[in-house]
Formats: sequence, C-alpha cells, structure tokens
Amino acid sequence: MYQYDQIDKQLVNERVAQFRDQTQRFLNGQLSEDDFRALRLRNGLYIQLHAPMLRVSIPYGLLSSAQLRVFARIAREYDKGFGHFTTRQNIQYNWPELAKVPDILELLATVEMHAIQTSGNCIRNVTSDHLAGVAKDELEDPRPWCELVRQWATVHPEFAFLPRKFKIAITGAVADRAAVRVHDIGLILKRNAAGVLVFEVLVGGGLGRAPMIGQTIYDFVTPPDLLGCLEAILRVYNLEGRRDNIHKARIKFVVKSNGIDKFREMVDSEWAASKHYAPSLSDAEIARVKAFFTPPVYQSLSDVDVIAGKSNDFRRWYQQNTRPHKVPGYRAVFLSLKSVKRPPGDITDSQLDVVADLADQYTFGEVRATHDQNLIFADVRQQDLFALWQKLSAIDLATANIGTLTDMIACPGLDLCSLANARTYTVVDLINERFNDLDYLYDLGEIQLKMSGCMNACGHHHVGHIGILGVDKHGEEWYQVTIGGAPNGKEADLGEVIGRSFKQEEIPDVLEKLFRVYLELREGDERFVDTVRRTGIAPFKAGAYAQADQAA
Amino acid sequence: MRKLIKLLNQDRSIVVDAWRYAEEDANASSIIVTLTQWQAERETLLASGKKLGVKLGPADKVDAIADDASKLSLIALEFGGIGEGRGYSQAHILRRRCNFTGELRAIGKIQRDQLFYMARCGFDAFELPEAADLNVALTAFDDYHVAYQPGIDKGGVQLNHRIAN
Repeated sequence: MYQYDQIDKQLVNERVAQFRDQTQRFLNGQLSEDDFRALRLRNGLYIQLHAPMLRVSIPYGLLSSAQLRVFARIAREYDKGFGHFTTRQNIQYNWPELAKVPDILELLATVEMHAIQTSGNCIRNVTSDHLAGVAKDELEDPRPWCELVRQWATVHPEFAFLPRKFKIAITGAVADRAAVRVHDIGLILKRNAAGVLVFEVLVGGGLGRAPMIGQTIYDFVTPPDLLGCLEAILRVYNLEGRRDNIHKARIKFVVKSNGIDKFREMVDSEWAASKHYAPSLSDAEIARVKAFFTPPVYQSLSDVDVIAGKSNDFRRWYQQNTRPHKVPGYRAVFLSLKSVKRPPGDITDSQLDVVADLADQYTFGEVRATHDQNLIFADVRQQDLFALWQKLSAIDLATANIGTLTDMIACPGLDLCSLANARTYTVVDLINERFNDLDYLYDLGEIQLKMSGCMNACGHHHVGHIGILGVDKHGEEWYQVTIGGAPNGKEADLGEVIGRSFKQEEIPDVLEKLFRVYLELREGDERFVDTVRRTGIAPFKAGAYAQADQAA
Repeated sequence: MRKLIKLLNQDRSIVVDAWRYAEEDANASSIIVTLTQWQAERETLLASGKKLGVKLGPADKVDAIADDASKLSLIALEFGGIGEGRGYSQAHILRRRCNFTGELRAIGKIQRDQLFYMARCGFDAFELPEAADLNVALTAFDDYHVAYQPGIDKGGVQLNHRIAN
C-alpha cells in the first residue's frame, strides 16, 4: 500500500497542528460556534446527540495492521471500546471528547492516517473496489489512481468550500463493486479500441433526499488529462452549484437542471480554457504511485479442495464468506461485522487487535474495509482457511452471512445521530431474531438490505434490493419499504416504495411476506431483485399488505 | 483608518488601506466601485485618471470584467461567510485566465482560517471585519508549508512537484 514520504507526513502533521489551534481558539471563545463548525467538519468532527463523532479517513478502504492497532487503541482510550465502519470505507468513533480530538489526530498521524475531509462540503474520501488487485475480473488496479486523486483533492485550495459534499469512486473491474453510478463523480478504468488505458467519467449520481443515477459525461479521458478533467467539473460545480438550498446543492442538481449535454458543454468550455495550465499527471508520478501497489510475493500454489471432510459450519463459511482470487491457491476472505451481537459495522478494541495479528499472520498485514461495512483479508492461502476460520469464529467475526439478508447495512439511526427520524439498530435486531435460520437465508440467496434512519440516506436505502427508511409521523417512528434497487454497475437503480409505511414491529412480517411472494414467483436461480424487476412491484405490494388470514 | 493584510512576495504585512469604496468617498483618487456602477460609468471612470477597482459579489460572473482586467488596479471579491466558496474559483480565473496582476482583495465575512486557501488561489489582500485580530490572522499563511496542488501564490508553500504543472 501507499507509504508516506516527507511531504505527505508534513502535510498531515501540519493539519493536526492547525486543528489543535482551531480547537483551542474555539474552547477559548475566540472562534464562534458557526465558524468552528465549518472548520471541524472538514476534520470529520460532528456534534451528535450525545457527544462529538469523529470520522477517520481510510483511503479507498485500505488498512495496515499497524493502523488497525491504533484504531483499537483509540477505541479503548478515547471511546467506549468500539469503532464503527461506515458505508464509505471509513471508521467513526461516537464518544470522543472534543478537547481530546487533537490528541487522537496526532496518534493517527503516527500511522499515516487522518480525518481530513471526511465530512463538510468538500471532496471526501475516494472510495473503490474492496477486491482491488485480487479480483479475477479486474482490468486495471484502481488503487494507484485513487491515491493520485486523493492527493490532488487533499487541502485543495479552490475546492475546500463547495456548495455541498463531493464523493468520488473509482473502479477498474467488470463488476462494479464501488457503486460508481451513485457518486458525484464515478470513474471507470477501461481500455479503448486501441488498447490504451482510459477513464469513463460519470457525473451527477448520488443518494440523499433526491437520489439520482450518474450519467456519462466523457467516454474516454486519458490518464494525463484526468486531474484537468476533474478540476473543470469541480470549477463549474463550485461556481454554478446552488448555495441557497442545502437540499438542492449537490452536483446532481446542476447536471439535472441543465441536462447532461448542456452540462458537458459547460465543462468542455471550462476544460478548454484551463487545458494549458491544468495539473497533468506525468508518467513518472504515475509510475511512482503504481510502485506502491505491486502485488505481494505470492507463493507458487495450486487450488486445493479445502472443504472435503470439514464440518458443515466451515463449509457454509467457506461458500458464503470467501471469494475467488486471481492467484491459484489463494482466496479473499470476508470478516463479517454482521453478528447478531453488535450493530452492523461495529467492532470492539480487542477484536481490532486480534484482526491486526491475524492480518500479519495470514494476509501480508493488510486489511480492507468494504462498502457493506465488513472487512476483508484479500490474500489468504487456501491451506490456511480452516485455521483462520477457527480463529475468526473465536472472536465472532465468522458469521456465514455475507451477501445474505442479514449482511444488512444500517446507519446508526436515532440511537446516536441527531439527524435521524427513527432507530435502525432495533429493526436490525428484530430482523436478526426472525431470520436466524441460515438455510432459509441461503435459499433466499443474495439480498442487499439497506436501512437509513432518515432521508439523508447514509444507509443507502434507495439502492437496496430491499430498502428501509425511518420516517417521522407525528413524533412516532415509522418505516417505509422500497424494493428493486441496486447499487452497482449497469443494474444500478433506485427502488420503488411499496406503499404506506410500517411500524417497527411489523417489519419482520413484511419481509417474510415479500419473501413468500419471491419464493413463489422466482424462475430458476434468479435473485430477489431480478424477480422484482421482472414482475414489477405489484405482486409484492399485494403480498405485503395482504391480511394475515388471506396470506396464510 | 481601515487596515488590511497584504502579501508581497514573501512579505506579509498589516497596512493602512489607501483605497476608498465609492459609497465612502466618491472623490477619492483610488476608488472601488460596484460591478453595476462599473458597467454604467465605465467610460467616465476610465477617463477620470483615478486608480480603479471593481467589487464583485459571489454570484457575479468574472467574465463581466475579463476584458477590462488590464485596466483595473484592484478587484475585490466579496464573501458572505465561511461556507461561501465561489470567490476561490473567481480568483483562480482572474489570475490564471484573465492575467489580472493588480491587487486581488478578499472582503466581507472572511476570517483567519480561510486566508491560507485564498492566498493559494491568488488573493494578495485581505480586508477582515473590523473586530478581527489581524496579528492572529497573519499566522494563517504558515498553516501549511507543503501542498499537493500547483498554486498561484509564490510565498509560504513549497510546491509538490510530483504533479507536473
């Protein structure tokens, strides 16, 4: 992975000093609440219901074991013993003390980490494919490009105060695991007809209150032109994006109100005017960064049958929680953070320490955080899988549910967040209680259930195969259900609301009714979402709202 | 007497403002007018022999004065608060595209923690609200000594030449 040089180190250290000074001025009363708010947000610090919340950046989800140990230490010494991995491959802490946040940032800086631009109206953490570098369907490793974009975006002086937050995702594989179509800018690495590496550039996707799918603005942008293209898009957005209405301030509204063709003309003209001086990536710089992402030294192995003669529990885990690897004899392994014992994405300090040790022992000391709030060991020898499974089971990170209904994602909801309308974790518990039979889950197949506690959609409910959204009705918590959404690739789309919202305790029944319809209607091995898209939502709607006696 | 922070090469100093806004003193020899006034009285102002400056609001298009950039000694860009970010791109365009070489002044609701970014985008004068402590604000330009982006400022920041300019 990328290693800091003197320049990177100095920048992060200077950021820590800057934030320490800002915090001090605020605590001394020299900086107003409003002014400090705009500044602390650019350092990932929110003030939540009970305490500040600090979001730490994990560039494109990639972590070293040393960094995990620092996460564990922060959880232990500055929080209540846990951290929460987010849907944008970051980690957040819910209980730090404001006055101690500069100390946390200083600690993070010792392992080349920071909280720069993890919130606020600026360019956020660049996200990517969690199987980058190991997936069989990969055309080009996106991580060097993520790093180059990360550096360009970090403390960019012109784009530090945008109309609204700005998210960039990059993928380099056939299957889009980075959900590039629901980002402000999505970049797809591909080869043009001449075999030259280029970027397809998508713009104007995003979730939130008015979810939209991104559209292609450029089919082929060559690597040297990438940053110039991004600057042109950002400059048009910075000048034209709405600043009078926070709910219409994302770039998607500029794209929508002008139409993609007019928007492209605006960017074309800005890009042409800046082409002679815009930053351009040199071959030397690209090569320098690429050198950090050369594959680890794999052993020369063959694929082996690892499940023969093993227990059913191990087989299930192997089938559900591991993925093929492009190198024979290896697998990628998911560590499920979807245990019934903790909210989705939560991990304790002691688990973090063990994961760091296991990473050193089994997977070249590197770990990835995924969009679905799980972790991955990307390079595990197949012969080690059984031993690793036993050790992961011992710390409750081997729930064999990856890709199933209970591998759901959920924002923290009203338990922790000041924006939320409704709780999410209690709904997660109800679903886990009802759907605890793994064989039933496997029969249901791949289902992405995504839950948000409010319209801001941190839980990405719009693009869940099943989406659950907490809504406030006269001070009561209700839940709206959508079906048929999907986050990735060409099938990316928004789900449709099935009808009136439900009370919390109704949700497991509603899901069960939806699944009954699915199991009745599915053809061959089509997934839940495929059936919904083939039949439309009508039969599901009818099933979900049928009276108990009629449905029986 | 209004005071400002001014950058000149590597020097940063607090100076007394030699300019007057038209609404303060229409007869001043160095005068800053609004874009509306500029557009209405352009010829008269150019013939007056005064040093001329124009003030743009965040929503004003830089294009409106692009052709006059060489005739102006000062352009003031107004900020409505810390979240207002259009001025950074307006400054960029004035410096990089209109080749504006006069004083580029940030005015309005600006504060210390924006100054570093502003300087990198080409501002060289900062008119902070009256209550601001200018000595504290002067330290803002030392917040960082490295940067990943090529900038317009020449002082304070050591450019990272990994990205070819």
